[in-house]
Amino acid sequence: MRSRPAAALLPLLGLAAFFALWEAVPRLGLVNPAFLPPPSVLPEAFLRELRSGQWLTAIGGSLGHYLGGLALGVGLGIAVGTLTGMSRTAEGLTAWIVRVLRPVPGLAWVPFAIIWFGVSPEAALFIVAIGVFWIVYFASHGAIRGVDRDLIELAAAFGFRSALERLVTVVWPAAMPGILVGVRTAIGQAWMAVVAAEIFGVAGLGQRMMQASTLLATDIVVVYMLTMALLYGVFDAAFTALQGWMLRWRA
Amino acid sequence: MAGLIAIQGLALTFTRDGARTTVLSGLDLDIEPGEFLAIVGASGVGKSTLLRVIADLVKPSAGTVRLSEPEPGRRAVALVFQDSRLLPWRRVLDNVAFGLEKLRLPRAERRRRAQAALDRVGLGALAGRWPFQLSGGQRQRVSLARALAVEPHVLLMDEPFSALDALTRETLQDELARLCRASGQTVLFVTHDIEEAVYLADRVVVLAGSPGRIVAAHRIEASQPRDRAAPELKALAQGIREDLAGVAGERRPDLQEAR
Ligand SMILES: Nc1ncnc2c1ncn2[C@@H]1O[C@H](COP(=O)(O)OP(=O)(O)O)[C@@H](O)[C@H]1O
Ligand SMILES: [Mg+2]
Repeated sequence: MRSRPAAALLPLLGLAAFFALWEAVPRLGLVNPAFLPPPSVLPEAFLRELRSGQWLTAIGGSLGHYLGGLALGVGLGIAVGTLTGMSRTAEGLTAWIVRVLRPVPGLAWVPFAIIWFGVSPEAALFIVAIGVFWIVYFASHGAIRGVDRDLIELAAAFGFRSALERLVTVVWPAAMPGILVGVRTAIGQAWMAVVAAEIFGVAGLGQRMMQASTLLATDIVVVYMLTMALLYGVFDAAFTALQGWMLRWRA
Repeated sequence: MAGLIAIQGLALTFTRDGARTTVLSGLDLDIEPGEFLAIVGASGVGKSTLLRVIADLVKPSAGTVRLSEPEPGRRAVALVFQDSRLLPWRRVLDNVAFGLEKLRLPRAERRRRAQAALDRVGLGALAGRWPFQLSGGQRQRVSLARALAVEPHVLLMDEPFSALDALTRETLQDELARLCRASGQTVLFVTHDIEEAVYLADRVVVLAGSPGRIVAAHRIEASQPRDRAAPELKALAQGIREDLAGVAGERRPDLQEAR
């Protein structure tokens, strides 16, 4: 039988053991420290990056691509998903377009992103937006299609009969839980697209990681990896809190 | 004075996968101001369908349904469903105000009327709750308040108490009777429960057959509040059972006076 405090300590213990092992491997000469920097050198590497101003610049660039691309992809995903979820005609018209375009991985759009927008923030926005569009589209489409017919009948019984009235009074609120699940997945996926876009040279955290790796400055690479993990954690926690508040009507 | 609802020659045929089902046919019905009219019939006979047609949720295949013209800020009819059908993302007060939003009333007026309707069903204190925090009986009261809030000429109720336990059902029946007595609200109440119909209604119309048609009608003169055990109500319930059995036995019943 384990007591509750012990159960809470276990993950911390595991994390400590992980760092200890990570520290030991390069220090014992099992791996060249240039390939795997021990964690103890990271604070110093981070301070160097911060003082030179590169850290803030990189993060600023990436956050711009992240938030901009996310807003675009989520907005379009919800809009198109709503349209095809509510209208059989729209669903029919788009059925084969969806079937053809959906299997194309987001990163396969990189060549076009560069041809259309050059190596620019717009190219990064485009890649991020495409990367999250499908996730949000399918979540929204499914959630809207799944709305209880009885609620739509209720809205009609009280006079809300146009498509727009139905949408605002019952369809969107009823579909919201499903749509938000899609948005949360998108919040995670978008980081992948940001790094991918920046590895091709758009200024930001991914570009800085590539620069550092060509100089074998692996400590800097790890600093940015952890930065990304932290940023993801912050966004996911903030979104989960928002989601909990928006869905506080659920038992 | 003209009826609030006038139905003539109503028929409804559903077509699904090429198969045609006639649910209602040759139905005539008038509802007078202030009356409590109950329609009884077995399940599947077309009671809900009839209410849907009156509420303009389904178009009839033949015949006409005329409703009175509501004044601004009111509706001709408002429906209480068998399931409470509350919107789970709205607090109780906002659920009650739902229909008022379509009537283009100022926000303060909407809140005032919603709160007043909630007070009438005895749930004024629960305005800030979420639907999931309510019992089945409370949910059905909120659903009633939502319909009352739009001050309908005719309140349409589709087996509103059939999903409740017996004790709650009787309490709500008594409250509905009291509420209608106090306000003179016109009600069209659909149920498969014969005792419920004779306990509440001024007039009971019996719907039976396939397709469903009106096979009998009874006026009930007993004054409200009524005694559930009164011999005249028992006798009437027995008469309605015979009306229904008559149709089941394929005897063509003569339509009675109070239509
Ligand atoms: N949308 C529909 N399409 C086809 N048949 C329907 C539809 N709605 C109801 N029906 C049929 O109409 C009949 C009457 O249904 P309903 O009005 O719900 O009966 P009740 O409320 O009296 O129990 C049933 O046989 C039902 O299957
Ligand atoms: Mg029914």
